[in-house]
Amino acid sequence: MNQRVQRLREESLSAVPHISIERAQLVTEIYREHSGKVSVPVLRALTFAHLMEKKSIHIGEGELIVGERGERPQATPTYPELCCHSLKDLDLINSREKISFQVSDRVREIQAQEIIPYWQGRSMRDHIFNEMSEEWINCYEAGIFTEFMEQRAPGHTVADDKIYRFGMRDFQTQIREQIAKLDFAHDPEAYDKREQLRAMDMCAEALIRFAERHAEKAEQLATVTEDAERRRELLQIAQVCRHVPAHAPRNFWEALQMYWFVHLGVITELNTWDSFCPGRLDQHLWPFYQAGIAEGTLTRDEAKELLQCFWIKFNNQPAPPKVGVTLAESGTYTDFANINVGGLRPDGADGVNEVSFLLLEVIDEMRLLQPSSNIQLSKKNPDRFLRRACEIVRKGWGQPSIFNADAVVQELLRQGKSLADARAGGTSGCVETGAFGKEAYILTGYLNLVKILEITLHNGFDPRTGKQLGPKTGEADQFTSFEDLIAAYKQQLEHFVDIKVQGSNIIDRLYATRMPAPFLSIIIDDCITKGKDYNAGGARYNTNYIQGVGIGTLTDCFSAIKEHVFTTGRLTMAELMQALAADFAGYEQEQRLLSGATPRYGNDLDKADNIMRELFQLFYTTVNGRPTVKGGVYRINMLPTTCHVYFGSVTGATPDGRQAGQPFSEGISPVQGADRHGPTAVIKSASKMDHLMTGGTLLNLKFTPSLLADEAGIKGLMQLVRTYFRLDGHHVQFNVVDAATLRAAQENPEQYRDLIVRVAGYSDYFCNLSRPLQDEIIARTEHQQFYLWQPQR
Amino acid sequence: MQQGVIFNIQRFSIHDGPGIRTTVFLKGCPLNCAWCHNPESQYSLPEIMVRSERCRGCGACLAACNQGKVLIKEGKRQPQRCAACGNCIALCTQGALELVGRPVTTEEVMQEIMKDELFYDQSGGGVSFSGGEPLLQPAFLESLLLASRQQGLHTVVDTCGYAPWEVLARVASLVDLFLYDVKLIDAARHIEYTGQPNQLILENLQRLTRIHGEIEVRVPIIPGVNNDQASLAKLADFLRPLPILGVKLLPYHTFGVAKYAHLGQSYRLPEQLDSAAEAVQFGADYLREAGIALL
Repeated sequence: MNQRVQRLREESLSAVPHISIERAQLVTEIYREHSGKVSVPVLRALTFAHLMEKKSIHIGEGELIVGERGERPQATPTYPELCCHSLKDLDLINSREKISFQVSDRVREIQAQEIIPYWQGRSMRDHIFNEMSEEWINCYEAGIFTEFMEQRAPGHTVADDKIYRFGMRDFQTQIREQIAKLDFAHDPEAYDKREQLRAMDMCAEALIRFAERHAEKAEQLATVTEDAERRRELLQIAQVCRHVPAHAPRNFWEALQMYWFVHLGVITELNTWDSFCPGRLDQHLWPFYQAGIAEGTLTRDEAKELLQCFWIKFNNQPAPPKVGVTLAESGTYTDFANINVGGLRPDGADGVNEVSFLLLEVIDEMRLLQPSSNIQLSKKNPDRFLRRACEIVRKGWGQPSIFNADAVVQELLRQGKSLADARAGGTSGCVETGAFGKEAYILTGYLNLVKILEITLHNGFDPRTGKQLGPKTGEADQFTSFEDLIAAYKQQLEHFVDIKVQGSNIIDRLYATRMPAPFLSIIIDDCITKGKDYNAGGARYNTNYIQGVGIGTLTDCFSAIKEHVFTTGRLTMAELMQALAADFAGYEQEQRLLSGATPRYGNDLDKADNIMRELFQLFYTTVNGRPTVKGGVYRINMLPTTCHVYFGSVTGATPDGRQAGQPFSEGISPVQGADRHGPTAVIKSASKMDHLMTGGTLLNLKFTPSLLADEAGIKGLMQLVRTYFRLDGHHVQFNVVDAATLRAAQENPEQYRDLIVRVAGYSDYFCNLSRPLQDEIIARTEHQQFYLWQPQR
Repeated sequence: MQQGVIFNIQRFSIHDGPGIRTTVFLKGCPLNCAWCHNPESQYSLPEIMVRSERCRGCGACLAACNQGKVLIKEGKRQPQRCAACGNCIALCTQGALELVGRPVTTEEVMQEIMKDELFYDQSGGGVSFSGGEPLLQPAFLESLLLASRQQGLHTVVDTCGYAPWEVLARVASLVDLFLYDVKLIDAARHIEYTGQPNQLILENLQRLTRIHGEIEVRVPIIPGVNNDQASLAKLADFLRPLPILGVKLLPYHTFGVAKYAHLGQSYRLPEQLDSAAEAVQFGADYLREAGIALL
């Protein structure tokens, strides 16, 4: 890392996240003037153009890649058209201990005077809550599911290679050709299409203007700087910004700046979930790198410096502030841009190239939370690629995570994608599989699989909220067999998934009609050719995901009931229910039996793992294949972000011996501490799930640093990964840290400010995590040298 | 079907031979090394360990004992042994009691071993038999090795070498790699620190090298016991003529000390020996200089 990069990195890390009100003001201005006078897509395009024309331009000292979402690094805009923060929200955001944003008095005043008066009752959040049924609201408040779109827009898509081949001017040509082809005499949707396409055309123009403004700023700075070297750089920046994004990039620098303008466009237009990401960056940059080196216009060091400057731009953009349940389900500054390295080329060949290794070097040196990074590991990729990644993993801060590229391709093929689209796809957000540049794959919310069991055991009643939320499927002590219980659970699960999907279908329509994303639509196939917005089904592929949370805990609960109530009879159901109602107070013996003598998931025991398969299958068949309003289907994936903590907090004591309020297992990992037979047993258990039926699963493994310290350690890690992937495992990520270190960090956070750990699908500063989440990570089984073996029951 | 007593099966074992391995720990050892970090491995039969720090003195275990044994008195594990029937364990509300070691059949062990077959395939790993001293249960070990061979697994035996030559010779052809421990060349000190003479161990190693080409010698470096120049010089002189793969030095550690109290025994070495890493470094440098291949 050279001095320039060090300084920029330090600035990015030391800047304090704060609320920028500029965007909210500009959006409000344009809505006041135009809302109701033009079509909705055009209104959104006018908004985007206004932002691109008026928002402040920032070029930091020493920067090579330019452009910020706010006025400066860590300035974070709000999106009042989606979620208009109350003053109480702002005070909370300003004062809370974790994930806070500074809110100045001026910002607070503008929010009160200008923003709230206009947006109250008009934001998407207001529309959504107005339209949701009472039973949906009850379930939401009970913590049965969350709703992603209540504070953020549907996003979750990733760029493919088209922005390196075409500039905005080329897209405008394509758009205008489509407008010219519209047949108003025979196509009843022609008007809608024209409005959408016009909006896209305006957005393309607006992004070009945004870049020009950066060029003007750079030229102006060049006239005042006294540093000749910096003057040369500023003029170079101006030249780059006059070329991209209007035209396709010609070299490595322009390629990175092209992406960055597109990125800013997407995240300024709307506050999309899981930000946006360049996806297969090594593939995209490889031609520019090769050409630059061959022509002598680029050195490896220059490429690395540009990449490092690029990395810092991501870190400058915290995820916009969240409140309430949305904060609880995703409590982090991370906005989930997740760069893919390696994998396959669209023609099926090994995709690892020199840029792949360069990116790994950048990841290693930068050690930043954003962008997150992963390797897409195919059986075709060489071991030296995996080894390099494992060397970074071993350092313990959780990046890069490792994905099975061959499984990802199979998952996409199963979903009906073409082979070339599948190979050009990858994973984003935490672990979600997508056809990059061609798919809207929307996460709709987390589903609390364990809470649904609690409700099943209470005949449809939720003890916490005191409401009858589900159908009456029988009192617990009336079940005469395990199959009875499963049947009741199935009925409850269907009931709650129905409610969730009904809500999502309404929300999808609200976004399709009220909140199109014409800029994002430019770069996602086939929005231009269909003349349809990304939020209305314009993408080639459309998927809505429901993310199941707590499969490990759920499995252990069912396994405990099967073992102790229906097999050995050591407990009656009535006794179990009493113990749960008492939160095990006075029932310690029962708690020990339930947690200690139950065949538990994560130990390679078929007895437990077969229950997991059955429950997984139940969840899969309940959700998978339902149609979405965009012409796609609902599917499942298995990831929690931080929601396993929130869901645990609203769920009472459970039959696996877990006490009320405690977190669940995360992703598809076993319950913290329940896996006692080492990482190979965890991998065997996890691979009994049919990963190829999902759109992503998340497995965490935690190791003590000493186990991986030597050559045998790194090889062991590599072979664990290879074997898991041979078993079609989707993803694995690692924490390499001692529990003692984490406890010390809880005691003395000041000394451990830079301690980074893997949470679930992303890394975060340990000190930024909520206390329950910190405790949950400490409780995860730490794989070390010694285990005590117990024979199979 | 052969039966034996084991006290642990450790999957994802990556430091006991090549690749990812499953290590089976057979219970019982003829030596009683002062630095042993698995004291529960020494006695050949199952026994009860007591985590006395968890005991609240409720006496439920005493009531359950049909032999009237008192394993715990005033919060401390007593040195006596019992039949280890395990009746008391289920009654302990504090989880303070643990049964170490259990009789198992070859078939049961093989079932556990085969669970990680794919990991062995992928990594060039296999199964390791350690202890205790695996050669102390010769028929059981042989049946395990034979069954492993039949499954095409790579086999490792980790031995202290203290066994009749006939036993070693009989299993040698079923073993792909020996990890052979040599602690001390000085006969008197060997007796002092391990409880047994070393003549048989050293002779067995010499004879084994004549019939087996894959032997890795392992030496635990114990500060104050065998890390001095004289001990290292004798070790080098003994090993130099032998056709072994090389020597691996194992650092001294005290991870197992707490278990002594759990068994009602006392630990003989000082608990704090902070020069372990330096001692290994010194030993490695010395032996390399003396013409010994280090692994």
